[in-house]
Amino acid sequence: MPARTSWIPYALIAPSVIFLGALFLVPLVQTVWLSVSAGDGLSLENYQRMAGDLNFSLAVSNTFLLTLVVVPIQVVLALAMATMVTKLDKGRDLVLWVLTIPLGISDLAAGLAWLALLQNTGYLNSALYALGLIPGPTGWLSQETPWSLFFAIAMAEVWRATAIVLVILIAGLQLIPKEFSEAAEIFGARPWTRFRRITLPLLKPSLQSALILRTVLAFEVFAVVYALGGRNFPVLAGEAYVWQNDNQNYGVAAAYAVLIMAISLAATAVYLRVLRTRPEQLP
Amino acid sequence: MADIVIDRVVKEFGSFRALQEVSLTVNDGEFVALLGPSGCGKTTLLRIIAGLETQSSGRVVIGGRDVSDLAPRKRRLAMVFQNYAVFPHMTVFENVAFGLRMQKASQADVRRKVERAAALLHIDGYLDRYPAKLSGGQRQRVAVARALAVEPAVLLMDEPLSNLDALLRLEMRTELKAVLREAGTTTIYVTHDQTEAMGLADRIAVMYGGKIDQIGSPLEIYATPATRFVGGFIGSPPMNFIKVRCAQGKAQIGAAVLPCPVAGGDIELGLRGEDASLTADGAGIPFDVRVVEPMGSHLLLTGSIDGQLARIVAPPTAKVDAGARVGLSVDPSRLTWIDSGTGRAMART
Repeated sequence: MPARTSWIPYALIAPSVIFLGALFLVPLVQTVWLSVSAGDGLSLENYQRMAGDLNFSLAVSNTFLLTLVVVPIQVVLALAMATMVTKLDKGRDLVLWVLTIPLGISDLAAGLAWLALLQNTGYLNSALYALGLIPGPTGWLSQETPWSLFFAIAMAEVWRATAIVLVILIAGLQLIPKEFSEAAEIFGARPWTRFRRITLPLLKPSLQSALILRTVLAFEVFAVVYALGGRNFPVLAGEAYVWQNDNQNYGVAAAYAVLIMAISLAATAVYLRVLRTRPEQLP
Repeated sequence: MADIVIDRVVKEFGSFRALQEVSLTVNDGEFVALLGPSGCGKTTLLRIIAGLETQSSGRVVIGGRDVSDLAPRKRRLAMVFQNYAVFPHMTVFENVAFGLRMQKASQADVRRKVERAAALLHIDGYLDRYPAKLSGGQRQRVAVARALAVEPAVLLMDEPLSNLDALLRLEMRTELKAVLREAGTTTIYVTHDQTEAMGLADRIAVMYGGKIDQIGSPLEIYATPATRFVGGFIGSPPMNFIKVRCAQGKAQIGAAVLPCPVAGGDIELGLRGEDASLTADGAGIPFDVRVVEPMGSHLLLTGSIDGQLARIVAPPTAKVDAGARVGLSVDPSRLTWIDSGTGRAMART
């Protein structure tokens, strides 16, 4: 029996491996190669140019700041929304559908929608002006207002990408048999205790998936930032774009891409380790 | 310790009435089984007592306290679930300790009570393990230990043995009875398995169609069923029902004459397979044997009485051939007479 089954798993994952190899691994190797080649041979020149750039440290700190603010807010919001949705008896599908609408909107379109709200002559200013709270058009997204710009980008990102966390967590919550929560309730656990001691630990595998996905995507944040702030708020992916298109320097752009990948891989490794569920603790 | 009074509890799911004015009193320390086929409302009733389901009307009183509107955690009871509901992310120790931790018991208290409950259920060797490493039977013991550790006044059990294999079920049944007798806990036990209910319970409430058809000791329910359903549901083989016509207080089947509880009319005779014995000379109620099944401890004879299906239990040594006509003698005091219209048993004479 073991002899017969040993090759089957490999055969089954072969198509995906081939697909990943052709469409991900090859470009990946090419990107890495591009980033470490300058002139005739191998060198770290591209990385030096990247690190020496005026916007580099700002892009790094902005990207991290945005990730560290946005991802926790999204997880907490998604947990609250998922708990609410799974408790609904009626209209559950409609509520879930409405909550996931942002998922269907491209990130650039989402950025532009928020721009329409927040720009000088946008809906927010019109409303504030009508209420007599501001004297005239006020800039929220300029270099002079870094905090309101940051707040606007964070809000747009939270609005745009919380739904993906929500969807994963709802799927996870549905896998937890309700008897666990009922048993905890019978034995005296209050709602918050049930959530903390039963639901959250049993949701850990889904939470891990959601966090990995969201964090990796947060490090790649680009379109929303680009739409709202342009280069007033430099982020890593935005810098890669600038070097690729405006500066026509593919080497430095590749270096940025490799850096983003390294950060994402490191974050994934941390999540895999910290949120590990030991096999004997699975239901 | 506490008694349980269920007072005219009704549960409606939309237009469907799952429970129709169910009333039941369980005495302090008593073990009552709710027995019935699936869909009879027994689990719904148990969940209403636990507070996991809200009754549409009626009251639940535990130990003199009306708990009808209280949250489950305020009802001071424990429950064992059909699929155990043992927390997979906690060790056996933490599972058993869960209720005590929620009560904020001291560390020493938790340890003492967990160890006592674990010893009672023979799981003291696995306290550091996770449930995934345990067999179904061991997990069930953890679930029972978790319930007993809090020393509940009331214990609710929802088909706790139905996920175990037959041999383990028998073993756990015996053990459960001993453990619960010792603890003196008032217990309500939901099951669809009549042998479980008969073996464990002080009293059985037989449920059917959202109502309790009969409440009584296992022997009462077996020997004197209150309805046709109870007679047919309890016992293996189930009670035989033979339609007979009474005239002048007597019913005639073949050459045999039985005293009727009514002067005249069509009624049904309820006869347990083992309450009939084969007559030596073939006299008595005529029984046409069609199939003979040797069961080891007895012979199960399937055939017909007066053209109606009947199953009779005969001693293993009886000489009966398929196709033969034999005679049965019955003790009139062990017969149940059923009103064909209402399906209820008639008053015994």
